[in-house]
Amino acid sequence: MRALLERMREMALLMVGQPSYDAYLRHMAQRHPDRPPMSRVEFFRNREQARYGGGGGRCC
Amino acid sequence: MKHIPWIILAIIGAVALSVTATVRGEQINALWIVVAALCTFLVAYRYYALFIARRVMRLDPARPTPALYRADGLDYVATDRRVLFGHHFAAIAGAGPLVGPVLATQMGYLPGTLWIIAGVVLAGAVQDFMVLFVSMRRDGRSLGELVRMEMGPVAGTIALVGTFIIMVIILAVLALIVVKALAESPWGMFTVVATVPLAMVMGVYTRWIRPGRIGEVSILGFVGLILAIIFGQNVAASPFWGPVFTFTPVQLCWLLIGYGAIASVLPVWLLLAPRDYLSTFLKIGAIVALAVGIFIMAPPLRMPALTQFVGGGGPVWSGALFPFLFITIACGAVSGFHALISSGTTPKLIASEGDAPFIGYGGMLMEAFVAIMALVGASILDPGIYFAMNSPAAVLGATPESASAAVTAMGFPVSADILVQTAKDVGEHSIISRTGGAPTLAVAMAEIFSHVVGGPAMKAFWYHFAILFEALFILTAVDAGTRAGRFMLQDLIGLAVPSFRAHSSLAPGMIATALCVAAWGFFLYQGVTDPLGGVNTLWPVFGISNQMLAAVALMLSTVVLFRMKRDRFAWVTAVPTVWLLVCTLTAGTLKLVSADPKVGFLAHASIFSEAAARGEVLAPAKSMAEMRAIIFNDRVDAALCAIFLFVVLSLLLFTIRTCIAARRVNAPTAHEITPDMVPAE
Repeated sequence: MRALLERMREMALLMVGQPSYDAYLRHMAQRHPDRPPMSRVEFFRNREQARYGGGGGRCC
Repeated sequence: MKHIPWIILAIIGAVALSVTATVRGEQINALWIVVAALCTFLVAYRYYALFIARRVMRLDPARPTPALYRADGLDYVATDRRVLFGHHFAAIAGAGPLVGPVLATQMGYLPGTLWIIAGVVLAGAVQDFMVLFVSMRRDGRSLGELVRMEMGPVAGTIALVGTFIIMVIILAVLALIVVKALAESPWGMFTVVATVPLAMVMGVYTRWIRPGRIGEVSILGFVGLILAIIFGQNVAASPFWGPVFTFTPVQLCWLLIGYGAIASVLPVWLLLAPRDYLSTFLKIGAIVALAVGIFIMAPPLRMPALTQFVGGGGPVWSGALFPFLFITIACGAVSGFHALISSGTTPKLIASEGDAPFIGYGGMLMEAFVAIMALVGASILDPGIYFAMNSPAAVLGATPESASAAVTAMGFPVSADILVQTAKDVGEHSIISRTGGAPTLAVAMAEIFSHVVGGPAMKAFWYHFAILFEALFILTAVDAGTRAGRFMLQDLIGLAVPSFRAHSSLAPGMIATALCVAAWGFFLYQGVTDPLGGVNTLWPVFGISNQMLAAVALMLSTVVLFRMKRDRFAWVTAVPTVWLLVCTLTAGTLKLVSADPKVGFLAHASIFSEAAARGEVLAPAKSMAEMRAIIFNDRVDAALCAIFLFVVLSLLLFTIRTCIAARRVNAPTAHEITPDMVPAE
């Protein structure tokens, strides 16, 4: 049940262009331990701009 | 043994489909259509999608996808297939699958149902899945780049120009639907206007108060929306505020053009992003609620299986079943625009090639199901109400009495009292000639939702809820589409004037935005002032353009199959390509040269220009200036059709040339991008 809710939360966030922050942290820790990762808010802003700045990503 | 459940499913589907297709003269239950569609989709997914995956594409679950070899935690992220399915579906499903089937219902429920079911299985889902596959094997590149890679730079540029024009038409037709839904409707207008300050409050909240808290801010926004709908009734009833929020279609048209120009240059966090949260979640919620509602209510279909308009002459849109039904329902059966999504964010997020059938093929099946629900919605209404809502004012006249007489004369008896009462039930002044599909669907949704929650007293609330839900995501699409169109235009102009391409500098951005708004604004204004109601003219142009893009995407897929030396299976994409080419080329040519002025733009223009030469003013024009405007609009529309024909025919030549070249070579020549070609991030 918990897993299902978590997955639905993740799905809702990705629907509006926000991928998982935890997955991002894991990626940074694994591949770029030397670089400081973005904070949660920076990550949110970065993804917000990426989704909406170009305008695309939506259909008729 | 493992096939037995699927065989049972196939039998149930076949029975439901034959009931849907053969019962005449008595009403059948809507669930027959729903069950027929569901069973067909499941069987098609289990067998046809898997056949394409294993035999045609030879998907390799062990092969790294861009999300793995390019992983950056941002754009390229290996994502759970169910989560990605939701993302992909939310990106492809919009107003299209809701509106097209409603308009197509003028021929009865059967033609639309059969086309959606057959079209999605053999064409629409194949297209989405193939483009996803092609893009996934090429770094998640976009459709324009894929055409350039596989068919050459000239073909790529032609595809880009075509895509931009299609974008313009889509924006115009979507905006037109909003105009038609909100004109003379103070309640609807107030709720939609209220979403602008509401979204700005949400934007401020996510910017400064609680950054990034999408869940919180969406609940806040949802409560605001519901309050706006409830309060809207008082606004509409108020002797002062009611008229303030009552606009004519032309006023609304200018408001929307101004809105598009301003909204698309505001910072994204202020308006676009927060309203996108609302519209996305509301859209998914409303679709789920509609499905649940249809199952609980199990309404009978009151529209006949076939109407006399199958042969043409219908009031909602002109032309006969072939080819015009197949362009009226684009989204839901096959939508070229999806090729842009399948080559957009989705291929960068897919974790394994094995997930591609579920997301590409399955996502489109889901959209087809939405289209089936919209068709069911339009078909459960009294046909008299359906035609009174969807026929142009030129046919119906302005009063309930004249509309009742006109619709009854079509063979769908309806009394003036019923038209007045239906309008009163949904809290509107009038439902006569509320074209564009959205109001019709809203009446149907109000019927279904009020059956489940609240009873007849809640009908007006649910009607405005449905209008708000449609208007909200259309406005988001107008805003986002204008931004996307601006970048497309900058890239295109940049081919000639390289300095124009700088995305960050102010002047080119402003000029491109202005050009983009002017382009869709022109078609919107033309549609709003069209005496036949605009939808009549613009929707077929939109359908033709969207299907032509689908043909382009399928031609690309065919080229890729030839270049992979999989030409033995090229029929999978070639057959739907040929069908789409036949439909769109016939429809496009008819729109251009048909002698019937209701169908052909040039025939219509010449009637008016001959009258103008004689100094006559033909109705609906009231002056020589209006005569000239009608002639000019006709010629622009004709030119547009000619451009679409040129785009698709030239790409067809490139396709044939590339396929022949690929056959001459013994080894695969497809330009796949493999992980070793990309440095790790």
